[in-house]
Order: sequence, then C-alpha cells, then structure tokens
Amino acid sequence: MGKEVLVVDKLNMHYETLDGPVAAVKDVSFVLNEGESFGLVGESGCGKTSVAMSLLQLQADNAKISSGSIKLEGKELVGMTENELRTVRWDGISIVFQGAMNAWNPVAKIGEQIREAIREHRPDNTKQENTQKIEELFNIVGLDNSIMDRYPHELSGGMKQRAIIALALSCDPKVVIADEPTTALDVVIQDQILKELKKVQNLLGLSLIYISHDIAVIAEMTDNMAVMYAGSVVEMGPTANIFNKPKHAYTRLLLESTPSVVGKRKKLRSLDGEPPSLINENKGCSFSPRCPEPSKECKNQELDMKLVEISKGHWADLCCVSCG
Amino acid sequence: MKKNVIEVKNLEKYYEISRGLFSRDKGVVKAVDDISFEIPQGESLGLVGQSGCGKTTTARSLCLLDPKTNGDVKFLNPESQELESIDDLDDDELKKFRRNIQMIFQDPYESLNPRWTIKDIILEPLNIHNIGNLSEREEAVKEILTTVGLTPPENYMPRYPHELSGGQRQRVSIARTLIMKPKFVVCDEPTSMLDVSIRISIMDLMLNLAKDLDISYLYITHDLAVARYMCNRIAVMFNGKIVEIAETEELLKNPVHPYTKRLISSIPVPDPKYKRTEYELNFNELDEIISNNPDKTMVDIGGEHFIATHDVKDILY
Amino acid sequence: MSNNLKEQEELQKQLRKDALRKNWKLFSQSKLGMIGLYIVAFFLFLALLQPFLFITGIWNPAIYDPVVGYDQIKAELLVIECPKEYPTEKYESYSDCPGPGEVNIKKLYMAPDLKVGEYYDTFIQPAPPSKTHLLGTDSLGRDVFSQIMEGSQVAFVLGLLSATLGVGISTILGTIAAFFGGRVDAYLMRQSDLILMLPSLPLLFIISAFAELKVWHLAVVLGVLGGLGGSVITIKSQALQVKVKPYVDSARITGGSKWQILFQHILPNVAPLALLFMVFSVTGAIASESVLSFLGLLNIDMSWGIMIYLSQTDGFIFSGLDFWWLILPAGLAVTFLAGGFYLVGRGLDEVFNPRLRKR
Repeated sequence: MGKEVLVVDKLNMHYETLDGPVAAVKDVSFVLNEGESFGLVGESGCGKTSVAMSLLQLQADNAKISSGSIKLEGKELVGMTENELRTVRWDGISIVFQGAMNAWNPVAKIGEQIREAIREHRPDNTKQENTQKIEELFNIVGLDNSIMDRYPHELSGGMKQRAIIALALSCDPKVVIADEPTTALDVVIQDQILKELKKVQNLLGLSLIYISHDIAVIAEMTDNMAVMYAGSVVEMGPTANIFNKPKHAYTRLLLESTPSVVGKRKKLRSLDGEPPSLINENKGCSFSPRCPEPSKECKNQELDMKLVEISKGHWADLCCVSCG
Repeated sequence: MKKNVIEVKNLEKYYEISRGLFSRDKGVVKAVDDISFEIPQGESLGLVGQSGCGKTTTARSLCLLDPKTNGDVKFLNPESQELESIDDLDDDELKKFRRNIQMIFQDPYESLNPRWTIKDIILEPLNIHNIGNLSEREEAVKEILTTVGLTPPENYMPRYPHELSGGQRQRVSIARTLIMKPKFVVCDEPTSMLDVSIRISIMDLMLNLAKDLDISYLYITHDLAVARYMCNRIAVMFNGKIVEIAETEELLKNPVHPYTKRLISSIPVPDPKYKRTEYELNFNELDEIISNNPDKTMVDIGGEHFIATHDVKDILY
Repeated sequence: MSNNLKEQEELQKQLRKDALRKNWKLFSQSKLGMIGLYIVAFFLFLALLQPFLFITGIWNPAIYDPVVGYDQIKAELLVIECPKEYPTEKYESYSDCPGPGEVNIKKLYMAPDLKVGEYYDTFIQPAPPSKTHLLGTDSLGRDVFSQIMEGSQVAFVLGLLSATLGVGISTILGTIAAFFGGRVDAYLMRQSDLILMLPSLPLLFIISAFAELKVWHLAVVLGVLGGLGGSVITIKSQALQVKVKPYVDSARITGGSKWQILFQHILPNVAPLALLFMVFSVTGAIASESVLSFLGLLNIDMSWGIMIYLSQTDGFIFSGLDFWWLILPAGLAVTFLAGGFYLVGRGLDEVFNPRLRKR
C-alpha cells in the first residue's frame, strides 16, 4: 500500500441557483493512495463531476464549498488563492475532461500547445528539453512523434484524446482525474484509450481518479471505487469487493441493470423513478423512494446517513447496512 | 414462415463531395455501400458498428428522410399484407404509406419541439393524416400515454418537454411513434443519452411493446451489449458495408469476421475478475472464405450466419 | 370527459403562469434590463399622460398644445443705464451689465417714455422653466414639456410599428430562405447583401426629396429596409439550426407537409430571436427619426428631432447652456428611450439565450 496522496474529508459543495441552493456534493470523504486508481460512479447529476471540479478548485462561479477539506500531499487546497492554485493545477493534479479532444485550439500545432502548457509551469526548461519531454509522453501514450507538427483537425478522435492524455501528463502530476474520457468515443477507440491509460498509470506510478457512469469501465479500470447517489457516497471500497458483495441497494441495482456481452443473457432490472431534487435538504436515505425493498428504517427521515465499515475498507451507508 | 416487414436489397447511399473550392470534379463518399437485409414480423435486427460506419445513414434512407442512391426497399403493407416497393408509390400513396414507418431518435432533448405541449406532440401524426375526430384523438393520446407508463395521462398532456426528465421524454417519443400503430420502427440509439438506471426501463418498455403490439425494430447502436438485450439478430456494419449477420447469441459466441471479433473484444465487461481477450485485426483469416466463394457477396456458413466476402482490405479506406 | 378537459385547461393555464413567472424572475435579475424597462415605462407614462391632461381639463389646449399652443410669460425688468467705465461698485466688467432682471435703457428706443429706475413689462420667448411650464417654452411660446410628451408618442408609434413590420418581414423571409434553400435562398441572400450595402441615411434623404414623409411612411420605409437587411441572414442561421432538429425530421417521416413544418415547427422556434431583434431595432428607428427630423426632411408636426431642429434653426443651439431647456430635454429623451429599448433587449437576451443564463 502506497502513501496517501489525496485526502478528501467531509467535502460539502452547493450551487446557488434561482430556486435556492442545490447541494451537489454532500459529506464526501475518500483517500487516494499513491499508484492507486479510484473510481467514482453514478448517474448524471449525482455530483461526480462536481467532486472533480472541487478537487481542482475549478468549480463554476455560483458554486460554494461550504465545508470540508481537500489535502494534496498534506497541502490544503480549499481556500488557496488563484496564484497558489496555479502551481497545484497540472503540476499536482491534472484532468482529462469528457470531450476534451474537442478543446484543442484548431489553429495551433499539437506539439506547440503542449509545449505552451509545459512552459507555463516549467519556465526554465529549454526548448530542447520540452521537445524531448513531449517525445517521451507521445511514446508513452502510443503516438508517433510526427503528430507534434500536425494540426488538431488532421487527427482522429482517438489520436486527439491520446494527445490530451499526453497534455495532462506533461507536468508530471501526481494525480490525474479522468472525467468520462471515453464517453464520446467509439467502443473500439474507448478500448484503446482505456488500455493506454492503464499502461501510463502503471508506468508512471500515477494516482488516477476515474469518473464514469459506466460500471463496466469502472470494473476494468479501478482498484477502489465509490458509488455516488444524490450528492453523497453511498458505498465505497475495493472494486472486487463491491462487485462481489454489493451492500447498498443502489449499487446492486446498478450492477443488475448493466447489460453485458459475456455470460448468460439475463433479464436486467430496471430502476424506476427519478433521482431526488437536490434543492431540498433531505435527511434520511435519499434512495429510499426508489428502493425496491425499503425497510421501515429507510423511511425514517431523522436518520443521519453516515458510512459504516462493513468489512476491511468496504463502507456502505447506515441505512442499507441495517436492513440487509 | 413469418412474413418479412421489410426487405432491403443492395441499398446504396452516396454523397458527392467537391474537392476544393474551384475544382469541378467531384468525389463520392459511399456512406452506405450495397447492403441487404430483411426483418421478419415481430423480430428485431440490431445494426451495430462504430460511428461513421453508415448506421444512421441507413436509417435515414429507410425512413425516406434522405433519398437513396440505389437499391430496392420493400415494406409490408399492413392492409394488403403484400410487400410493396416504395419506388412504385405516387405522392398520395407515399404520404399514406409513411404511417407505417416511424423512427425514435437518439437525443430526447432535441427530438421534441420545445414550444409544443406533450399532447400536441403526440397528436401531430393524427393531425397530419387527419385520423378520427377531436375527442377520439384525445382518447387515443390518453391511451398511448398510459401504455408507455406516463400515468395519469392528464398530468402530462398539458406540459412542455423541458418540464420532463430525459427518460420521460423518451417515453413521449415512443408514444408519438406508436400512435400510428406502426409495424416497423427504426430506433437510432434511443437509450445512449439516458442514464444507466433509466436505460433499462426504456428498453424493457420497448421490448414489451414489441411483444404486445407485434412491432419489429431496426435497432441501431454502437453497443453490442445493448443490441444483445434488444435484438434477435445482429448485423455488424463496417465502413458502409454489413460484414456479418447472425442470430445474436451465435454472433457473440462464434464471431467469424475479424471486425466482429475486434468489436466484441473491445467491450468492457462489468466484472472485475473477467479478463478480456485481446484481439488484433487480422483480415487474412477471411482469405479462405473469400477464395472459396469468388462470386458471392455474402456467404452462409450455417444457421443463417452470413459473412461478407468483400475484400476487407479494400474497404479500410 | 368535459370535466377532465376543464381540469387540463386549468392545469395548462397554471403551467403557463409558472413559466411566465420564471421568465420574469430571470429578466428581473438582469439589472440592465430592469433599468431599461423603467426608462421605457417612464416614457410610455409620459406619452399617455398628455392626452389624459387634455381630456380632464387640467391643461388648457390653447396654452399647452405642443404645436399650436401659446403662452405669454411676462417679466418685469428694472430699467437701468449701463456705466461707460468699468469696474464700478455694481458691475465688474462690460459684460455684467445689464444684470439679471435688468434692461439697459439704451435698448428701449421703442419705449421712449421710460426712465431709469422704473419697471418695464416684457414677454419672454423662449421662457425658462417655471411652475406653469415645467420645462419652459420654446421660441414660439409653446410648452416644451408637452412637446416632449408628444414626441414620446411619436417615438413609440414609429419605433414599434417599424420594428414589428421589419421583424415580420425578416422572420418570414429568413425562415423561407433556410427552409427552401437553393435559388430562393440565393436570391434572398443577395437581396440582403444589397440592402446591407446601401447606406440607409442617404437613401432616406433621396426618398424624402421625392416624397413627403409622414410618421407612418417613415415607419414603413424603415421597417422594410430593416426587414430586408442583415436580420434576414441572422434569422436564417437560426432557422437552419432548427431545421435539422430531430423533431423536424420526425414530422417529415410522419408525412407532414412543407408548410406544416414551416409554420408549426420552425417559425415558433425562431420567434424568440425575432422578438429580441424587434426590441433592438426600435432603438435604430428612434435614432433615424431624430436624425431625419433634425435635417428637416420629415413632414411631422412635432417630435424630439423637430424640437432640436427648431432650436437649431432659431440659433439657440450654439448659445451654450443659456437656453438648455430647448435642447437638453429632447436630446436626452432620444438618448434615453433608444438606450432604454436597447437595455430591455439585453435583459430579454438573458431570458432567451440559455448560454447567458446563470443557471
């Protein structure tokens, strides 16, 4: 087990909107170890991207972190000034967005754009060193060196996404956040990118936070994972454990509602209803209205949901621990 | 033997592109290149492939949105129970004929007019074809909303699309499609924009409707796992051509075409213990089949499992 | 059944109200939009107040009518004799005599009986603001405040008429160009280019040289010019975006006719942008009217432009701020109302344009 790189503790974040505050992240805590890959899974609107944005302190203008702390190697990120943050972003934590491949500046060469990013953070490097660095990165993500002199429109989607990964790695970050990096891509290219990410992670000993709605991708990519629902983590633990013995009713439903090409063709379970509105502060189990077998306890609005350790490193929220 | 609801023979759709601003000679992109398939009544065919392989173009040609370049498309006329070729129809017959073809789109946020109420959206086909009087139409809307699980219907009819969630909107799209009681529906990735938890309920709804109302789907998707759940047969498309068609389980267990193998091997499996086998494209595997069948385009290797014998190296741009 | 229908209608009404309230909330959050709305509302109030004052008899039309009214403002001036050498005890320099409320006897050769120290009654035109005339009177003794009110009626009629006409034309043409494409599109686009190229003010000069322009003539000319110009291109681009939406495809698959699709799907979705255009083009119409009136090219009895025009022809415009009430109120009214409509447009933009929304 490596040492702890990133510690998130009781993070709370909300958006100020016309209709009132929307609690997007509620009491989220997790620990990311060195060289580990950590998955965040949940439906859209469950707060997984909000968590990623808070980690980089890149949240929208109307977002407020009301409490909690984010520590990167012991350094507190919440409350840092823009200038201090600039050294943390990309150097400490970098991110690969969903659809980031479309974020390339169309009129500059790929290599030039990566060089620009390195120059920003390593102003002392010579041009020679930077070029060498980019060649190294391209080698890692499986791109040819000639790509450096190409314009973005000359590359395919998969190549652009690889180049984005190279860009994210350009300042030797300790943590890379991958926020649905393959969602807009085809299965075949997704497969290549996933393999590349895995290879890169093992090669450089990176810590990876992988965010996805697709539980199959999480299963392949991560060592530990957390399932998010309505802004809070409902289950967290080693990926193998969670797939083996899902404790929370929501996790179980997620697993049973994902179609697969291997194994027997089975009836999938559907999940009725909609996720709750995050505007109202609701206590008790937020999943209970959609839960197929809610117990009496679940309906108890006064119940304070907190994660309980059910086996080593495997946590689930109180409600589902008590009922089954 | 069941009748086919649709028979497609040698369908082709080419797009002309001009090369450069002042150049007069035009190039041709073969978006759909000589594909043939048929769908028996009540069965569903999955059309699977990467984006840009021509799936959506096929769908748009079948729905008469874009004119096809070549080929013959025959639909089952529900009145005469005969297969009719759409090329033989005049304008009035064509308009009447359009009742039998419907399409469900990918994006539930864009496929409903934001300025119309749900009632008006579902009523539109009835209004266009002038079917029934006002109260009959109203009853039909209520009935169909109940069928797709939006109950009570009175609650949804006066609402606007933006007041509904993605799953509810896709239900409205399905309701709009079904109000004409079609026997054949083209679905263009209807669940790919939806959340996992809602996806299955929409797919189940579509499966149940197919069973109850005897509907056949042409189900377009890039996700083999979804196609497996929805379809009896699967056709794999690659660069405008169908390379393999077979029964779903047969295709997944015994894929023959190298592209199909590649596609299947690249799908993540929701099980951390499962290790996928790596597969690299190797088109030489096909050489034997190609050389044994010099004049056929599709070869049946047994059990209605068809393999294309195009020289695949040619269709890799 | 009928009960059900009624309930549905009521629910629909409720939902509409909610939507309206939400849009209003969005609009009212935009400070600029609200300032604009207050300005526009203020001028609308002025425009409506004038007829009210005449009808109720608070204002006598003989005195307060903006065009044919007349009021004498009497002033008593002390007759004095200016000294020959300066400075004196009372006057510092030559230009200080006569002081306020005084008149030099040498100027009164028409009234030879008057002596220094007596009072001389005179009518002053233009008269400065007083209690009876809040903004004073002009050189013909007409009430300036009443003229401002009249001018704001003209501005509203002209602005709204020309904007409605212009936006009506450009919406229909833009949608048709987008929907039918091909030659229709090419023709309409070239026509827009042509109109865009034409400098509109010189063109208006020429038109007014051949024909006598009244307010509504001008509204039609401005409307048509605006409607055929650049806004067709913008509306077309919006309509092109709507045209490829899946709901349009879906209506086509079902067999909807071209006109059904055009009027039921495309036009309603272009309408918000068109409304926005309308509000912005009011600004242009008001400004154009002022310029043309100022140049004396319009056959209008009274408007803000005419007011400035009159003060210029009478030579008051170069007298600095001595006769400010002849120039400033009209000038500011044009600036503020034109700006007010523009700000309302900015506010509406935030309602219609989701990208500008702050969630």
